[in-house]
Amino acid sequence: MEFIETLLNGLSIGSTYAIIALGYTMVYGIAKMLNFAHGDVIMVGGYMIFLTMANIGNPVLGLLIAVLFCVVLGVSIEKVAYKPLRGASPLAVLITAIGVSYLLQSTAQIIFGSAPKMVVVADLGNLTIGSLTVPYYMLITLGCSVVIMVALSLFVKYTKTGRAMIAVSEDKGAAQLMGINVNAIITITFAIGSGLAAFAGFFMLMKSPSLSNTLGAMPGIKAFTAAVIGGIGSIPGAMVGGILMGIVEAISLTIPAIAPYTDAIEFLVLIVILLVRPSGILGKVRREKV
Amino acid sequence: MALLEVKDLQVYYGVIQALKGISFEVNEGEIVTLIGANGAGKTTTMQSIIGLIPTRGGSVIFDGHDITKTPCHKIVHLGMAQVPEGRRIFQELTVYENLLMGGFSQNDKSAVKQDIEKIYTRFPRLGERRNQIAGTLSGGEQQMLAMGRAMMSHPKLLLLDEPSMGLSPLLVDHVFEIIKDFRDDGTTVLLVEQNAGKSLAISDRAYVLELGQIVLSGTGAELAASDQVKKAYLGG
Repeated sequence: MEFIETLLNGLSIGSTYAIIALGYTMVYGIAKMLNFAHGDVIMVGGYMIFLTMANIGNPVLGLLIAVLFCVVLGVSIEKVAYKPLRGASPLAVLITAIGVSYLLQSTAQIIFGSAPKMVVVADLGNLTIGSLTVPYYMLITLGCSVVIMVALSLFVKYTKTGRAMIAVSEDKGAAQLMGINVNAIITITFAIGSGLAAFAGFFMLMKSPSLSNTLGAMPGIKAFTAAVIGGIGSIPGAMVGGILMGIVEAISLTIPAIAPYTDAIEFLVLIVILLVRPSGILGKVRREKV
Repeated sequence: MALLEVKDLQVYYGVIQALKGISFEVNEGEIVTLIGANGAGKTTTMQSIIGLIPTRGGSVIFDGHDITKTPCHKIVHLGMAQVPEGRRIFQELTVYENLLMGGFSQNDKSAVKQDIEKIYTRFPRLGERRNQIAGTLSGGEQQMLAMGRAMMSHPKLLLLDEPSMGLSPLLVDHVFEIIKDFRDDGTTVLLVEQNAGKSLAISDRAYVLELGQIVLSGTGAELAASDQVKKAYLGG
């Protein structure tokens, strides 16, 4: 029973990582950049949920407002900070992304102060079946994540826009020759990634109600790690990598001797996997084109 | 009336001038070929016409529109398509999905499906392999796919960049037959080729490009007979 509880915990942590990792991997695949501000969009989503809970008290409305705000924020960040750098050196884009990350964290600190806020999204209790006890938030996280991942996979495979995203990620020039507006596809990608970040913020606050301006920092780095483990640029890879990270984390936390080193163990997994498969579990080994 | 009019086109890569002000035109219903050696600026010309690389000077008029500064995807919607050098099919998508991408600018879903069936009729190999991942096709099949994909948008003007490159002699002949078919079906063709002999044979008119400048022009037959072309491009 304990093992099943650990596994479910791992799946719920992992699906949160996967949802964040999707944002990293899709933006990387399509805009060929690492959006290091992605984790901080989660934090902004968290504050939107906090504001809604404090003023209206409806968690579903809070999630909705957070998603909308993060979509607008993500698209604006892309327009203002990244779009002018299209074609610039990758280092310039990277340093800009780090700058945006600090800008978001500092702005949140100025507005909301540095003391953590308590955001009790909902007191849901546990589901008990025999000797198995599972908190409801885990099931909600898992259920929502599965729906999101299935919907996203179907969207990419079966819609015109989704296929255009694959085309842009494979060959931007050839995609333009098909009549695809690459800038519009990049905007849509940022919108999807940022909306998913708001969901991740919601999942995280359900799990632990403490909210500060660095809420997204560590999960952001771990989800980025998950995206790299799965193969950066690959959507199924982000899902696999996220779930793997979550399960490693949950198991490690139950073993007293290694529990304090859980973060280190997760990054160790990254190192081991990259040693064996440098392009990640589902990453493409790209052939050099002549 | 000229369908495509290129006037004094100038393109730079950094400080290097790749096109030193070239002018030419393509009339409706023609096959026009640009021949030239490696590095003459043929691919640069093709990519700058369709808006994939920015121009520094001159103008491009297509079907009455000034498209000099128009982004590539809008030019495609105006009725121009290109089979790029190296084909650049979407390796990870199936044959069918590649053709769907070719029809991206079309809004009528059922018409796109019908067009795909027509492509399968024209290229039976593609029909047989419709669900195969395009990256696993042979070079010849990939070229057919790239040409079929470009025709999916019903272009008024088709730009073909080195369509015979890397193909066996038999397939090269087949490609030139297809180009003639396209023209006979009403598509105007601008062709870039290193195979000067075969391309001049099917061309209404042709231009010779050397180091970013047009040095010679005439009908396909005139150029094929010119000593200068014979010496430099037709092997004596």
